[in-house]
Amino acid sequence: MSAIVQQHAIQTGRGSLAGRVSDFLWKHPHVFLTILLGPPLLWLGIIYLGSLLALLLQSFFSIDDYSGLINYEFTLATYRQLLNDANFDIIIRTILMAAIVTLFSAVIAFPIAYYAARYARGKWKVIFYLGVMLPLWSSYLVKIYAWKLILAKEGILTWLVTKLNLLWLLDAWLSLPVIGGNSLSVSYTGTFIVFVYVWMPFMILPIQAALERVPTNLIEASSDLGGTPQQTFRHVLFPLALPGIVAGSIFTFSLTLGDYIIPQIIGSSRLFIGQAVYAQQGTAGNIPLAAAFTVVPIIIMGLYLWMARRMGAFDAL
Amino acid sequence: MKQFLKSCTALTLSLAFTTQVLAQEALKEIGKGEGEVSIVAWPGYIERGDTDKAYDWVTGFEKETGCKVSVKTAATSDEMVALMNEGDFDLVTASGDASLRLVAGKRVQPINTDLIKSWKTLDERMQNAPWNTVKGVHYGVPYVWGPNVLMYNTEAFKDKAPTSWNVVFEEMTLPDGKSNKGRIQAYDGPIHIADAANYLMAHKPELGIKSPYELNEDQYKAALDILRVQRTLAGRYWHDAMIQVDDFKNEGIVASGSWPFQVNLLKAEKKPIASVVPEEGATGWADTTMLHVDSKHPNCAYMWMEHSLSPKVQGDVSAWFGANPSVGAACKGNELLTDEGCATNGYNDFEKIKFWRTPVSKCETQSECVPYHRWVSDYIGVIGGR
Repeated sequence: MSAIVQQHAIQTGRGSLAGRVSDFLWKHPHVFLTILLGPPLLWLGIIYLGSLLALLLQSFFSIDDYSGLINYEFTLATYRQLLNDANFDIIIRTILMAAIVTLFSAVIAFPIAYYAARYARGKWKVIFYLGVMLPLWSSYLVKIYAWKLILAKEGILTWLVTKLNLLWLLDAWLSLPVIGGNSLSVSYTGTFIVFVYVWMPFMILPIQAALERVPTNLIEASSDLGGTPQQTFRHVLFPLALPGIVAGSIFTFSLTLGDYIIPQIIGSSRLFIGQAVYAQQGTAGNIPLAAAFTVVPIIIMGLYLWMARRMGAFDAL
Repeated sequence: MKQFLKSCTALTLSLAFTTQVLAQEALKEIGKGEGEVSIVAWPGYIERGDTDKAYDWVTGFEKETGCKVSVKTAATSDEMVALMNEGDFDLVTASGDASLRLVAGKRVQPINTDLIKSWKTLDERMQNAPWNTVKGVHYGVPYVWGPNVLMYNTEAFKDKAPTSWNVVFEEMTLPDGKSNKGRIQAYDGPIHIADAANYLMAHKPELGIKSPYELNEDQYKAALDILRVQRTLAGRYWHDAMIQVDDFKNEGIVASGSWPFQVNLLKAEKKPIASVVPEEGATGWADTTMLHVDSKHPNCAYMWMEHSLSPKVQGDVSAWFGANPSVGAACKGNELLTDEGCATNGYNDFEKIKFWRTPVSKCETQSECVPYHRWVSDYIGVIGGR
């Protein structure tokens, strides 16, 4: 009996090639790890970070005003150009839009996610998931073009508002400076609505995940101790759901920051950062300025992620 | 590092200036076809019946010459220049804002016009146009051209065609009694500054603008001021032809600079739309089929250039794209274009059209002009309300 056990404890190496390779990898876990992680890391390092670095370097060159050729000498002149009135407007406009879109997405998404996490059961839970995910399955462009028709001056929304005798309200809104315009589809309001619509699922899902992790007994304890619903929300539910909200806001904020298709189709033709990069690179051949513009969202998102980490958005990862 | 960056960046444009290629002499005679030819073209310029069976001017050519045609479409002039710089293409249908850049960059070779039988059938004005002929040397054969017309809604204008571009540049009451504010559009490309300059040429002669593509600082500033007024009138700038069509249908837009393409499309849908070239004239585009300096299939390329000038092809392309043929004979008897087609697309307005060129600092009519990349950044500013 004991002889058999010993035989099993120290097994001789297997003969076949596959067996030997397998043994070798088992004995040298580091080699195994290198083989597994090497290709993706190389991809990340060379193709992803490498091209990013090349881009970053481009932003330190400048374009020669006279010939339109690129001057391959280190300079900060291109970054100074970012502070021109017109370019600075673009940056501010984009950041403001991203911030407002994020805020409203959170406000709208929270009750939906709360219902889904706390009350929806069985069939309703399935319907909820379908409802949130369904828009993600259709083409982004189709949705935007559909919205263009919905928001058009002679579109369905104006028709509905007219039928409800509320046209004066829409007109009053559109006559406001900055956010107004000739019709919803050529105003910032329209751009904002479409942004919120398109990125909403990215906000709902993380909040729902965070809310599902909040233990019910904490909320019960709060009311047992005499907390009003408001107090419970402010001191228990909201702080515990905050990491989810912050995680969702990373999506909505960064996606709005980089998008260049929605503001081109819906809105007043005033450029956002993504469009500025496209125009400088594609039309003007001014790669340094395009690169400098690209650095702006990178820096903003870097700061944003750093703050998000401090607020615990990545604790559940 | 510098060399590395140059090679890995998409801006191959810079390569054109570092790699000096000696201009080659034009071909002496056309030999046997090499079996293939590759063309960089605008979408819709080279059709083989994929979209609509009736529009096919490639299959017949392939059968006849044995040269297989491959097409690479490009969406902007800048893309075309980049593609030609990379090489390995034979032909390109370059607009005036790309053709001279290609010549200056020595990316295209002179054409031996004796080898192209139909050369003499060409409209003379196109044969020697400044965007394809440099110092008497012809770089390519003209393809088709078209004006940037003023498209308008006949209901808003009470069937009276606007006579001036001022309907899109100045606030005014239109014949239907309502202001034009919020009901006009403009092209979302820096080249639109030339339209403003063209308008100034007629209305402010004291500025001394000789060409809308060659502006000194003062003239340029005046043009931008015109466009700043336009910004307050335009809800949106059009970028995509189909979006503009949609805006004329659903957004209540009644006037805008446009292409015959959109006008024909809207007319085909029986919308109350017409177009006009106002008294100030208009800007326009004229494209040239040019031969790459290192073309590997020059014989097939010459055969294509000859083919592209046949009245049938010229008429078919014009009908498809809303353009005008460079060969006058194409205007008559083409089934797709019909006998009215040329007039509809603006054939008779040639004299009034100032064709697209790339604004450069070393210009002909003045000592120094504002270059194109400044047009780009300033136009962004104007649209942004600066």
